[in-house]
Amino acid sequence: MQYDVAVIGAGVCGAMVARELSKLDMKVVVLEKCNDISMGTTKANSAIVHAGFDAETDSLKAKLNVQGASLMAYYCNKLNVPYKNIGSLVVAYSWEEMQTLEALFERGFNNGVPNMQIISQEKLREMEPYISEEAIGALWAPTAGIVSPYELAIAAIENAVVNGARVKRNSGVFDIEYKNDLFFLSTASGVVKAKYIINCAGVFADQIAKMIGDTSFKIIPRKGEYYLLDKTEAKMVNHVLFKCPSSMGKGILITPTVHGNVLMGPTAIDLDFDSKLDVDTTSEGLDTVKREIRQVIPHMTTRNAITSFSGLRAHIEAEHADFIIGPSEANGKFINVAGIESPGLTAAPAIARYVGQIFREIAPDYTKKAEFIATRPAPVRVNELSAEERRKLVEKDKRYGRIVCRCEGITEGEIIDAIKAPCGARDVDGVKRRTRAGMGRCQSGFCGSKVVEILARELDLPMNQITKHGNGSKILYGKTK
Amino acid sequence: MIKEMTCVACPLGCQLTVELNDKNEVLSVTGNTCKRGEQYAHDECTNPVRMLTTTIKVNGGSLPVIPVKTSAPIPKGKMFDCMKVINSEVVDAPIKMGEVLISNICDTGVDIVATNEM
Amino acid sequence: MLKYDLVVIGGGPAGMAAALKAKECGVDKILILERASSLGGILEQCIHTGFGLHHFGEELSGPEYAYRFIKQVEETDIEVKVDTMVTDILTGNIVVATNNKEGMLEIHATAIILAMGCRERPRGALDIPGSRASGIMTAGTAQKYVNIYGYMPGKKIVILGSGDIGLIMARRMTLEGAKVETVCELMPYSGGLTRNIVQCLDDMGIPLRLSCTVIKTHGIERLEGVTIADVDENRRPIPGTEQYIECDTLMLSVGLIPENELTRNAGVMIDPITNGAIVDENRQTNRPGIFACGNVLQVHDLVDYVTQESYTAGEGAAKYIKSKNKNKRTKYVSVRPEGGVRYVVPQNINCDTSEDVKLYFRVKDVYRGGKITVTSGDKVIYSKKKPKLAPGEMEYVIVKAEDIRALDKKEIIVKVEV
Repeated sequence: MQYDVAVIGAGVCGAMVARELSKLDMKVVVLEKCNDISMGTTKANSAIVHAGFDAETDSLKAKLNVQGASLMAYYCNKLNVPYKNIGSLVVAYSWEEMQTLEALFERGFNNGVPNMQIISQEKLREMEPYISEEAIGALWAPTAGIVSPYELAIAAIENAVVNGARVKRNSGVFDIEYKNDLFFLSTASGVVKAKYIINCAGVFADQIAKMIGDTSFKIIPRKGEYYLLDKTEAKMVNHVLFKCPSSMGKGILITPTVHGNVLMGPTAIDLDFDSKLDVDTTSEGLDTVKREIRQVIPHMTTRNAITSFSGLRAHIEAEHADFIIGPSEANGKFINVAGIESPGLTAAPAIARYVGQIFREIAPDYTKKAEFIATRPAPVRVNELSAEERRKLVEKDKRYGRIVCRCEGITEGEIIDAIKAPCGARDVDGVKRRTRAGMGRCQSGFCGSKVVEILARELDLPMNQITKHGNGSKILYGKTK
Repeated sequence: MIKEMTCVACPLGCQLTVELNDKNEVLSVTGNTCKRGEQYAHDECTNPVRMLTTTIKVNGGSLPVIPVKTSAPIPKGKMFDCMKVINSEVVDAPIKMGEVLISNICDTGVDIVATNEM
Repeated sequence: MLKYDLVVIGGGPAGMAAALKAKECGVDKILILERASSLGGILEQCIHTGFGLHHFGEELSGPEYAYRFIKQVEETDIEVKVDTMVTDILTGNIVVATNNKEGMLEIHATAIILAMGCRERPRGALDIPGSRASGIMTAGTAQKYVNIYGYMPGKKIVILGSGDIGLIMARRMTLEGAKVETVCELMPYSGGLTRNIVQCLDDMGIPLRLSCTVIKTHGIERLEGVTIADVDENRRPIPGTEQYIECDTLMLSVGLIPENELTRNAGVMIDPITNGAIVDENRQTNRPGIFACGNVLQVHDLVDYVTQESYTAGEGAAKYIKSKNKNKRTKYVSVRPEGGVRYVVPQNINCDTSEDVKLYFRVKDVYRGGKITVTSGDKVIYSKKKPKLAPGEMEYVIVKAEDIRALDKKEIIVKVEV
């Protein structure tokens, strides 16, 4: 099969770029090495919309961050993705740190971040009653917020598929050949031909670029570990709380999530180049998170932790590393979208637009589709419905009346929707990301087997072929007898 | 020969030391705090028995397997032999509670009975 | 709105026993709400024997124990709605539930009995670092796969925690041909029943390692192994004792947590130690007309005790339903654990109780040759020597009604004297 564009990688950037390109009258394919969308950095990050005062002024990071922050509400609305504009606070503990806040304010101002304020201890305490008494002030950025990153990627891919894009999962690219103005991509599921490539391969973007002879950048996987806490802890924090940045980076944050949990992390440990699959949590990392967070909110404990996890940021090995977005020097029809570490999630909507612009410049012949569908319908969320709405829904389809995940109140109907959706869930974690079944405090202790059963039934597979997250992550072996 | 074992006659869990002769006859029991411990040691050394519970494959039922148990305790050493026989059987639904699904398993004189209905 | 005298939330052993007792005591309209598709609760997957020795005087399997109660319920006019999940309890004892027939239903109940059971402590709550591989599951989940679905969840297994479900699964998996490498227990003693250690581990040749835990999981797709290590008296891993064990499955049997989200939302006060409601001797909570029993109130070792407790709650609810003055304020004697006692249920006793009260409790550590005492001020109400007390075995003492009524001080203390 021949395509106009192959997007490599279905993280939030690949997904948003695919959606953007599906506005044009051409064939787009997304090649993803995993069994689902959003399996890399997108599924394990801080889920923050940064206001934009961190990145160096005039960098691509700064520009796309500020743009992305202002576009996020629009995109989340169109794609029906949970987003909350709760604002962020950078908390200072000393006069020295108060000066850092001034510097951040100034940089934010230069970057175009609107409405920032440096607030007093009293105001900070009013906004965050549980904050440490040693915190003496904060930088308030009201444009910051929180979003569900994997739901954004999933929604964008669903919308791209509705607009004609194809997604090939379990199709990791291991070789690229360029001949007769065509790329021949050897993937785990066969050869794919395309005129253009957009490299959104996250921590693997350097390896993909190398396949066309582009060795201009190297990506270090930078590990960040997190705790996700029970909803019972939600009262402890109201905004995104950052510790003051130091030479060691932006530091650890604590924030509510869009679903009402509390998230804290990340650490920052650079791994070897060949450790791009290592998302193990470590006792050192998790201890660091606990220790750092206690300085912000002294009464915060991990006793009500639901889970811990870690993710890898795609950090470019360079001083003042910026996003690398643009046609490769090695081949002008190969566009890199690389080094998308923080604030990559925030920037994703702006990155998609920016890549769209670049693409139209290098391929001006493609015209806009007449009938682009911009919205992705909201999935049914039974627990958000009124009694009357529920009654009507169950009358129409009984499956919306059977609760499978009791912790989060997710019904069989919603799980089936997630499986049947365009580019729907194929594994247990896929169901979890789309519906939140198994995301609650019992961590799928009760519903896990039920979800396996439903997946097997809907995909017409035996139960022992259902996996947790694709490939060899099977859950069951053979029958007992 | 000396055998060490934990008595399960009550929750106390006494550590018993049993002295046996060549013919596997009990010479003495120590460590017990009551008569039941002594009896337990004798039983365990001469004829240890266990209840076996597992499942049997079902044809045409609402679930693929049905739980079963031995109708009485069987010799401890025969548990895996019995498992082999049980795992090679398939029974047809409907099945009644207590129904005998395999009789006289491995010549123990004990039956395998359903512990649920389907 | 539907109206019932009594709504029982949960159709496991606790809910069924409570409903049956209430019926026997003359309560008219009773409804059981069960979230699964049939009555029986967790007993349906507990196919091993050991149930019913106290209650029926014979040794039954879980499904058999449940079956006896299911049949009894069927013989009464107690109504049952299965596949029905209660989502809220509103002020005025209105139960909000959802199912696939009526969608959402609101039921007014004169009295409510909470009998939702408990859940297993998951991996996240344990903080074991390592990978997100498949093959890490609670022992109860594994039990459901093997006994209900008929699938093997693993071949080479390490079990963390020596709770009874873990021990039972060690034997069950071995019988089905899996190799259980070891059972690791963080504490210096097992939380399971002695009989299970002997018949599930010793019989099967499975080693039990005390003061030992899993410190890391390995593998990207399916679990490939775990690192275990011995722990010191503060339960911290001891450097140098690490050992890698190859396995494809890690089963967790590290404790049960009463499922009280609904209870909390209903404004019921929770005991921070039991994680269940604070109740009086009738198992009534601080919310008039709301009762609790079974594993949602305190985690039991034996279903027989669940049945007993649920009868108490059913009787209590019946008394409440028939009483003229439902908002009568009574004075309570508070019951407190001290010393080696971790908790006591019930936490309150009506001052004017006319019946003797059984106080259930657990101890904090293993004690040999200790003495259980119940005191109020300087007065000793009860005292008995016990050859052995262990956290894994629930204990009880009976306090006489006349002793409670005669108390000057409105507090009694249960403790272990060593």
